Amino acid sequence: MKQTTNLRINGTSYVHEVEPRLLLIHYLREVAGLTGPHIGCETSICGACTVAIDGKVVKSCAMFAVQADGSDILTIEGVAASGTLGAMQEAFWNEHGLQCGFCTPGMIMASRQLLERNPTPTEAEIRHGIDGNLCRCTGYQHIVNAVQAAAKAGA
Amino acid sequence: MSTTISVTEKLVGKSVRRREDPRLITGTATYVDDLKLPGMHHACILRSPHAAAKIRSIDISAAQSHPGVVAVFTGPDVAGVGPVPCGASLPGLRVPHHAILATGRVYYVGHAVAVVVATDRYVAADALDLIEVDYEPTAAVADPEKALEPGAPAVHPEWPDNVSFTYHQEGGEPEKAFAEAEVVVKQRITSQRLVPMPMETRGCVAEYHAAEKSLTLWSSTQIPHLLRTLVGQMLGLIENRVRVITPEVGGGFGCKLNVYAEEALTSFVAMKIGKPVKWIESRRENFLCTIHGRGHVDYYEIAAKRDGTVLGLRLKLIQDLGAYQQLLTPAIPTLSVLMMPGLYKFRNISADIVGVFTNCVPTDAYRGAGRPEATHGVERMMDLLAVELKMDPAEIRLKNFIGNDEFPYATATGLSYDSGDYAAPLKKALDLVNYRELREDQRKAREQGRLMGIGISTYGELCAFGPSPATPAGGWESATVKIDPSGKVTVLTGASPHGQGEETTFAQIAADELGVPIDDVIVLHGDTAIVQYGIGTFGSRGTAVGGAALYFALKDLRAKIKKFGEMMLESDDVTFSGGVCTCNKTGNTVSLAQIAGMSYRAMRLPVNEEPGMQATRFWEPPNFAFPFGAHIAVTEIDRETGHVAVSRYVAVDDCGNIINPLLVAGQVHGGVAQGLGQSLWEQAVYDDTGQLITGELMDYAVPKATMMPWIETAHTTTPSPVNPLGVKGVGEAGTIGCSPAVVNSVVDALSPPGVRHIDMPMTPEKVWKVLEGARA
Ligand code: FES
Ligand code: FES
Repeated sequence: MKQTTNLRINGTSYVHEVEPRLLLIHYLREVAGLTGPHIGCETSICGACTVAIDGKVVKSCAMFAVQADGSDILTIEGVAASGTLGAMQEAFWNEHGLQCGFCTPGMIMASRQLLERNPTPTEAEIRHGIDGNLCRCTGYQHIVNAVQAAAKAGA
Repeated sequence: MSTTISVTEKLVGKSVRRREDPRLITGTATYVDDLKLPGMHHACILRSPHAAAKIRSIDISAAQSHPGVVAVFTGPDVAGVGPVPCGASLPGLRVPHHAILATGRVYYVGHAVAVVVATDRYVAADALDLIEVDYEPTAAVADPEKALEPGAPAVHPEWPDNVSFTYHQEGGEPEKAFAEAEVVVKQRITSQRLVPMPMETRGCVAEYHAAEKSLTLWSSTQIPHLLRTLVGQMLGLIENRVRVITPEVGGGFGCKLNVYAEEALTSFVAMKIGKPVKWIESRRENFLCTIHGRGHVDYYEIAAKRDGTVLGLRLKLIQDLGAYQQLLTPAIPTLSVLMMPGLYKFRNISADIVGVFTNCVPTDAYRGAGRPEATHGVERMMDLLAVELKMDPAEIRLKNFIGNDEFPYATATGLSYDSGDYAAPLKKALDLVNYRELREDQRKAREQGRLMGIGISTYGELCAFGPSPATPAGGWESATVKIDPSGKVTVLTGASPHGQGEETTFAQIAADELGVPIDDVIVLHGDTAIVQYGIGTFGSRGTAVGGAALYFALKDLRAKIKKFGEMMLESDDVTFSGGVCTCNKTGNTVSLAQIAGMSYRAMRLPVNEEPGMQATRFWEPPNFAFPFGAHIAVTEIDRETGHVAVSRYVAVDDCGNIINPLLVAGQVHGGVAQGLGQSLWEQAVYDDTGQLITGELMDYAVPKATMMPWIETAHTTTPSPVNPLGVKGVGEAGTIGCSPAVVNSVVDALSPPGVRHIDMPMTPEKVWKVLEGARA
């Protein structure tokens, strides 16, 4: 009944036998031990579980681990893997783009993608780009500032 | 944006970037669901699909024999545990017995009925489906006004009137004031039920050490020490054998200022199976079973003279309590009454609360807790009065504010406002929006047939909870400061921050007072085995009470450091500053590290001094602190769709002295987002049968980034005399100031067609219907 999944996560390869019904977010957190991506809903609304799969950000509660078989995944833990913070992480820190931090890993992943697609976004474009990620603490304003700062820094 | 700081500069007042952030932005922080203990099992809870029903029988046999299931428990198994505590008391309060699992009857949708423990979370969830519960549904009531009608279904059969308590408070001579009034304006105003919705749901992990009879409970809570005391009582454990640890907490907003059945249940299960057990609330459960906020139906009457001078305010407050009293449930509406006069000279007040049981999840503290409701009420009434008297809403406020020379000001509700200049933030906000020109713009917009509104709210809030006689669990806070032999500083705070940034602001305070670099200071919190007893973080008290306790502990240490300095420098003329003691005669110095080292080696000690370099203070505030401010919202309404666009939002807050402006701005933004959420979109809707029909994020509109306007913030600064830092508290200000500004703005926009009031949330559908009604 179990299926083999073969994933590359943050540059490391992971091979596991998993149940086909195992959600990718549960795989990442429980099997791979990467608890940076969080669970805020399990219904693909809040964005706390956002990771990048083959370069595209995805809500990892919205797919099964077996569906990701063979893909290359980047989680928040991989963003500063070299030990140096990424520009978006620095910007969130400098601009106070987080309070409780629960939405932050997903928010940073979504914000990175936003700048990859549009390096000089307007405020409205930034808001649109992070609209799939809920934050209950910040009112989003400092997150908008952070994305703008990262854009300026050429992230 | 944060600033770069050189070591010699004072840090208090600077936008120091947060010291908690590196772990949060790299995904390496540990929230409760990130914990993994050897042998850990998982609990899932079966919940009632009915709002009211008798439980005829429960068959757990199939679940019990499901592979991977270790145990299943139902109500009778846990009869010896609990009940879930209510910490508030009022005369004649009816407190239903709140068992940790329903026994015999369920009282709301989501009521916990059984718990399954398994080796795996998926297996535990599977086994829930195998439990057969035979329910006999009975009539339910979800609307508090309907619950008060004769013949309404009784939530608790033993109390057929559904009344938990009534409470009356009066000040001055309200009867006389209303009899003599030249104008009386009345309005029914609701503050709908809201879901607090921290992005991290609740959760806990329990581990029992049978040999020591000790329990370790990791819980996503705002109150680790109170939880330890109360969960220990629920389980019959000795308090010093219970350790509560709050890992990283992903937001609380009041809903984690509580003690929940699941915290005791998870602990019970761990004790029974002899293995660590984790329970993580699903989002669905979070909607159904974590406390809701607000839930008011208020009937207001304001008495005034024709010149706009206010004379009296009357309130009949119907509080939807839900089916049970959680930790502070019945106390919340009493806070509304305390703050009902707002910033105005109401000398005559009368309030009657009726606390009503409904077949819904209990209400309790949610950001602002009783005070947003009060502010919403009085600020709507001031606007209604202004409309009645054809006065400008700013003018009527300025006319009735308590004067700067009247502080401390004794209110008709028995409070003593600490300090204020209530006109200052209003004038500043009016300047920022260029009020006269804005009214002119509005006049032109109206000529073009556009619906543009300008709404003002001038709020006051009761913060920094608080003196102990007025705070159910105790209103003090604690701090310990330890300086190691190497001169490095550890702060232990009894407050338990969860996003507010006290690891940074408290380090700023300590670094300044001791003259050390901020990197020499660490701030620890949220582990009852490490930190002295504390109360917790809520009611905008973290800095105003916890920070003040820290200040006094630092003051004690400074005195001790100076004595060591005098001894080591052999001088009685020594100054401690910049992290060194300096002899003012010789210029000789000893560093903090040398002094700390000496205090532990203790070869010599100053007269009457003990070895070591540590101080603890429990600080009791003499009064609450009262922040205030003015918010202005400019809105424009789409006639065709009823959509409300907030085109401008200005928040001028006076929270006293500011430790870290960047963090204060963050608190205001987040507070306004929740206030705007209540104003425009959010509502926990129960249907007539008690089903929560906004029970998922699909149906409950938490503000998204595209829904939020840009928030312009500014401040006036009136230090509080209540604490030595002069801070007043800012955690709830944004929420409290927001909703009346937005509703006043929308009503102002809709006033040409003759609209006088609208209740929240002002969804497009509701606004459109109101407009249609006005047209008809
Ligand atoms: S947990 Fe995946 S979107 Fe919320
Ligand atoms: S920082 Fe708390 S949810 Fe975004």
